[in-house]
Amino acid sequence: MASNWPILSILIWLPILGGVAVLAVGDQRAALARLLALVVSALVFMFSIFMLTAFESSTAAMQFSELSPWIAALDVNYHLGVDGFSVPLIMLTTFFGVLVVIAGWEVIQERVQQYMAALLIMEGLMVGVFSALDALLFYVFFEATLIPMFLLIGMWGGPRRVYATIKFFLYTFLGSVFLLIGLIYLYIQSGTWSILEWHDFPLSLEVQIWLFLGFLAAFSVKIPMWPVHTWLPDAHVEAPTGGSVILAAIMLKIGGYGFIRLGLPITPDAAAALDWLIIALSLIAVVYIGFVALVQEDMKKLIAYASIAHMGFVTLGLFIAFAIFRNSEGGGGAALGVEGAMVQMISHGFISGALFLCVGVLYDRLHSRMIADYGGVASTMPWFASFTVLFFLANAGLPGTSGFVGEFMVILAAFQANFWYAFLAGLTMILGAAYSLWLVKRVIFGEVTSKAVAKLEDINAREALVLGTLAVAVLMLGLWPDPLVNLMHASVDQLLEHIQQPKFTLAGN
Amino acid sequence: MDTTNMLLAAPEFWILTMACVILIADLFIREERRGIIHLMAMISLIFAAIITLRGDYLSDGLRLATAFNGSFIRDPMGDVLKLFSYFILGMVYIYAKFYLRQFRMFRAEFYTLSLFALLGVMLLISANSLVTIYLGLELTSLSTYALVAFDRESKRGSEAAMKYFVLGSMASGMLLYGMSMIYGATGSLDLQQISVAISHQDGGNVMLVFGLVFLVVGIAFKLGLVPFHMWLPDVYEGAPVAVTLFIAAVPKMAGFAMAYRLLYTGLGDLHGDWQQMLSILALLSIVLGNLAAIAQSNIKRMLAYSTISHMGFVLMGLLPGTADGFGASMYYVIVYSLMSAGAFGMVILLSARGVEAEQLDDFKGLNQRNSWYAAIMAMVMFSMAGVPVFVGFFAKWLVIKSALDAGMVWLAISAVVFSVVGAFYYLRVIKLMYFDEPVTGSPIDVPVDFRAAISLNGIMMLGLGIFSSSLISVCMSSFGA
Repeated sequence: MASNWPILSILIWLPILGGVAVLAVGDQRAALARLLALVVSALVFMFSIFMLTAFESSTAAMQFSELSPWIAALDVNYHLGVDGFSVPLIMLTTFFGVLVVIAGWEVIQERVQQYMAALLIMEGLMVGVFSALDALLFYVFFEATLIPMFLLIGMWGGPRRVYATIKFFLYTFLGSVFLLIGLIYLYIQSGTWSILEWHDFPLSLEVQIWLFLGFLAAFSVKIPMWPVHTWLPDAHVEAPTGGSVILAAIMLKIGGYGFIRLGLPITPDAAAALDWLIIALSLIAVVYIGFVALVQEDMKKLIAYASIAHMGFVTLGLFIAFAIFRNSEGGGGAALGVEGAMVQMISHGFISGALFLCVGVLYDRLHSRMIADYGGVASTMPWFASFTVLFFLANAGLPGTSGFVGEFMVILAAFQANFWYAFLAGLTMILGAAYSLWLVKRVIFGEVTSKAVAKLEDINAREALVLGTLAVAVLMLGLWPDPLVNLMHASVDQLLEHIQQPKFTLAGN
Repeated sequence: MDTTNMLLAAPEFWILTMACVILIADLFIREERRGIIHLMAMISLIFAAIITLRGDYLSDGLRLATAFNGSFIRDPMGDVLKLFSYFILGMVYIYAKFYLRQFRMFRAEFYTLSLFALLGVMLLISANSLVTIYLGLELTSLSTYALVAFDRESKRGSEAAMKYFVLGSMASGMLLYGMSMIYGATGSLDLQQISVAISHQDGGNVMLVFGLVFLVVGIAFKLGLVPFHMWLPDVYEGAPVAVTLFIAAVPKMAGFAMAYRLLYTGLGDLHGDWQQMLSILALLSIVLGNLAAIAQSNIKRMLAYSTISHMGFVLMGLLPGTADGFGASMYYVIVYSLMSAGAFGMVILLSARGVEAEQLDDFKGLNQRNSWYAAIMAMVMFSMAGVPVFVGFFAKWLVIKSALDAGMVWLAISAVVFSVVGAFYYLRVIKLMYFDEPVTGSPIDVPVDFRAAISLNGIMMLGLGIFSSSLISVCMSSFGA
């Protein structure tokens, strides 16, 4: 019975319509708006759990597919479906959907209904990105996510919010218009918008390279990769806590997902030809941005740079596969890289989300994000300090936490390709520990530096609930990543098998 | 005159009659009851729509029919464009009534002149010979010249009208000159016969190409394409907002129809020649329109430059010379008209008694004053910027596809890059509304019909985007795609 439900449509449209309903509540009844938002996001989360339990992880085929014509004149379909790559990301989205509503419960006092509505609409759109199998539909969701995020940063952000949010919007918009041209070109060539059909559509190498550059323009900005990362620290610093959490935990993953869904399978030969470029950029992100993070004085900026460095592992893991195919017979270890990238995405979602929530807790109390304003927080906020230390250790890649698993898998894979790749990537273990622990030392431990810090109150039940949930998630994933890896195993194998088949031979040159 | 001719042109005759009736009726209606005139104009539009929809000429299975010795044509494209002209003019009337009352300009001449302009638009849409095209163009232009100077006291208005008149006449002259050359080269005024005549020639006819150049100049002027755009910002700024609203929304559809009829129906064989000219015009318009709009602090001027860039996008659809391309172009022009009606409607909405809200700063903090109106304006702006899932995105998507169909990758890339530049000034409006504190706390009080119209206009931005299929297929099928 339940398997016939359009479960993906529910996951997309329930939060969006719920968001509209929250908007309709109006300015005067903030409590009702909060409650409604919580109910909607909790319902969405329940539906997503239902999807997870019904998901069949032994096959790489698309599941829960929905297909109906949308714009018939141009062969555009409303085509949804999920595989082992999308399900974990959708779960991450719906999970954080609930958390950010709770996290913004008391913090947001102005225009509550618009804040909650933006979060909910955003959630629906992001599920849409992760489940769209029609390229135009994908693009529509991909772009539409900019609007609620633009408003979130601009309306509830910090002092330089306008600069940050317009930079964020224009940066990502510029990247994605090239994607649009690439998609239209593919449509003109193939006569379909179906992403899955494009996977098998033969293209010459030259065309593939141009298309790949289009994909790269869009997704590298989103991830973000060095050197197009500069919007991220600004956006993070100015965004309200909820916005930062969504941005770090989910929106960045859209870029990685884009490579998995579009970039690698549609243009595998171009990806193989240009893998050196991506690997180089990833390693620069890991090493150089790691150093940049070290010198930050603003906690949010530090976490933002750390995010860029960690996302470098995602791109490294995805593209190292090509180097492995070239170097070793059979390409053992390639799967490790891709799976490591996926694990890293999920883990980074939990950790960076948690870290931004931690900073949010401090910011709500002292209205400062500067490291220098704090010191000795552990003595006044012991519970908070324990959570924060846990998350920063996870950020540094401590074994037993989720941060370790993804990075370790990617580094192991990198060894199969080239010792130096692995060496440089391995530097993150030092750099990550350095910037994480140094921040912990200055903020959490030491003498109580100011009267303001001495008066801090420890986290309340609501904050403890949010951070506690995330702590459990980080430890679970760190100690027992098998369920997550099993979920995507079939899809990873299929992807790797697919990208080893050269496409351009079919295109006739 | 036989009745078939009359029947085919029935909507035109109806509008002509009603324009005259309103002109005379006004003499007998006292000032405080002038609302009746508004009502009559609205009813004229509704009946015009009904008459157009009952196009009996389709009954024998033909997709098009000509009348008056082939100088007038009824076809699906014309009908769709006319219906949207009525619809948008109806919105214009609702917005304008509020404005004209506020500014003590509520006179029947506004309705008469705009109905005559509509008649010109309809003639232009249905024109099938050079003479009809010229007739429709002049009727539209002369009525709008007068409308621009509608506020007799306003110096800016008179100046703008004068400028518009002088430059417009020159453009009409160029067009006429081009037409005479085409006539000289082909010996016919009828577009179909011109087309046949050209196909029998060996090509390389210099006179034809010269004629084409002048025709393109005339079209470019009417659409406001760079480098023939000089009049547009001044006219938009100088005219009363109600008139700017009209100029921005309605005649552009006729401009598209004129371009299609002249260039494709008449001079389709010169496709290679005009494709080059149009691609350059399109590129220049998109680049200059978007760059100049950034520097504006007056929203009317900003929207004027944005119009220029939108018209550049409309041209992109014409480039491949295929049914798909024309459909895309037509879709764009309809969507553009709806968007600009919404944008100027919002400017009128904020115009307090006697003061036009023409500065961008008047939009400050609108979200806190009234979040629904802010949301409407935000939807219009996002739509103009081409952000999904608003309807403007689908319009841009279709014309970019046309440019790629025509093999002009460079044009498509420049167009999207400059649409990102354009996004900046649309975002600035949203920034003012959402991120800034209001300057004035005065409540926004508009009549209920205004509120309904602007709400509908805003919802259409989203609704036509999510359910874009129907309008796209209407436009595509108008050209038999």
